[in-house]
Amino acid sequence: MAKKSYSFYPGCSSQKAASSSNYQVSVDTMCKELDIELNEIPDWNCCSASIGYAGGGELPRLALSARNMALSEQAHGDQDIVATCAACWLATKETQERLHDDQGLLAETNQALAEAGLKLKNDKKIRHMVEVLIEDIGYQELGSHVKKPLEGLKIAGYVGCQTNRPFGIDGESFENPKYLDKMIETVGAEACDNYEKKVSCCGGALAFSEPEKSQALIKDIIESAYDNGADMIVTPCPVCQMNTEVYQDQINAKYGTKFKLPVVYYSTLLSVAYGKSAKEAALDGQIIRAKQLEDIAGK
Amino acid sequence: MSYNQDMIEKYRGNFLKEVTDNVEEGDWVKMCMQCGVCSGSCPLGPHWEHPPQEIFMMIRANKREEVLESTSMWMCTSCYNCIARCPRGLPITHIMHGLATYSQRLGLAPQNQPTQKFANLFWKNLVKKGRVNELKLGLSLYFMNGFGEGIKTSLKMKDIGLNMLKTKRMSPMEYFGGHGCKDIKGLHAILKKAEELENARIGKSGS
Repeated sequence: MAKKSYSFYPGCSSQKAASSSNYQVSVDTMCKELDIELNEIPDWNCCSASIGYAGGGELPRLALSARNMALSEQAHGDQDIVATCAACWLATKETQERLHDDQGLLAETNQALAEAGLKLKNDKKIRHMVEVLIEDIGYQELGSHVKKPLEGLKIAGYVGCQTNRPFGIDGESFENPKYLDKMIETVGAEACDNYEKKVSCCGGALAFSEPEKSQALIKDIIESAYDNGADMIVTPCPVCQMNTEVYQDQINAKYGTKFKLPVVYYSTLLSVAYGKSAKEAALDGQIIRAKQLEDIAGK
Repeated sequence: MSYNQDMIEKYRGNFLKEVTDNVEEGDWVKMCMQCGVCSGSCPLGPHWEHPPQEIFMMIRANKREEVLESTSMWMCTSCYNCIARCPRGLPITHIMHGLATYSQRLGLAPQNQPTQKFANLFWKNLVKKGRVNELKLGLSLYFMNGFGEGIKTSLKMKDIGLNMLKTKRMSPMEYFGGHGCKDIKGLHAILKKAEELENARIGKSGS
């Protein structure tokens, strides 16, 4: 397959020494194997995620994403914008939709952008990395790179919220999207078919401000994975990954559970199956180590 | 006169019109048919003082202060379940964010509401350098209720912090500078202009 090139929006949490820097490492490994070229949007800024609303009004928030899109148009004219972070993807896509539907807002946004010499056409496709994998590469091609099938592993595909709603992946349902399960099967592992908490909320940013309420949600997400016999959880979202991994000790202390379930990104899963090293797959970024994947990577 | 007084004068007795004019996506509120799917779909539903369905009816019933002073909207996790399921297609998540923002602009947002505080810390943090500084955001969150409680929270969160450090998903160096946009001046100029334009549209002078 010929090289595919995209205008890449990595987002704050993927930067060096940030909370999902391990996601970025495994994405880079996966993309190298699949001949996907990611061209970083020059000087991109934060999208304000979905918690920035209180401080920033509607137009300032739209302007943030509009600046990224305008910079992408300038630097990578014909390339789709691709994001790996659910919130980055959602905020950018929402901005595109809002400015498409409301020409008055688009005019105001451009008036603001002009302060920095920028202009937005707003005609680019905004895509999640998962869409690139399943639409541009395809399951068959994804599977053809597998050197070490992850046989014997049972994995709960936790899709979460923002990669799934309100836009989601084309052709998938909001209540039971199948793409993560298909990816799990593509790398030779078994997917938990009836994982009840597949699209449940982990609390998102409220894990910080309302820890008890959010941890009650997280507990159910992990418990359901155990109930379905999962060896680990896989997710496409940095916030889902962090929330379901790092609070397990606190949840154990509060609820008397004995959770110790690894939570990995799809890109880590693919990297291991593609025969990459533990370091290339970013397994050293796991707080709860994914021993079974380390063993496969070490073979 | 305060912005709140201005708006009371302007919309006397017509809160629905006030929301339609001034709240992000507020023109959708009148479309709600009170089915309650939003309230039933919300992951934090039981914790809302007034769940979304109720908020929509209260807006129409002119319960202005009860709505705007409520902690309800600050319970939204932005999971978008309500949007995905609303049979009338209301962008409920955005309306809740919009109501929260508006209540803050009017000076009516509940004091000491943790998500309200955190959301503002997040915005301030990202605006400063154009990108979020996770370390500073975390610390400002722990200390948002004063020094004593900050130390207590920090100790409680110590193990998580150490785990993040160990896996190189956090760095103490972020405290001294950290990531940011090169053209921060340009970004600030954009945001300033956007705020001016929006304030002009909703009849709010300066911030």
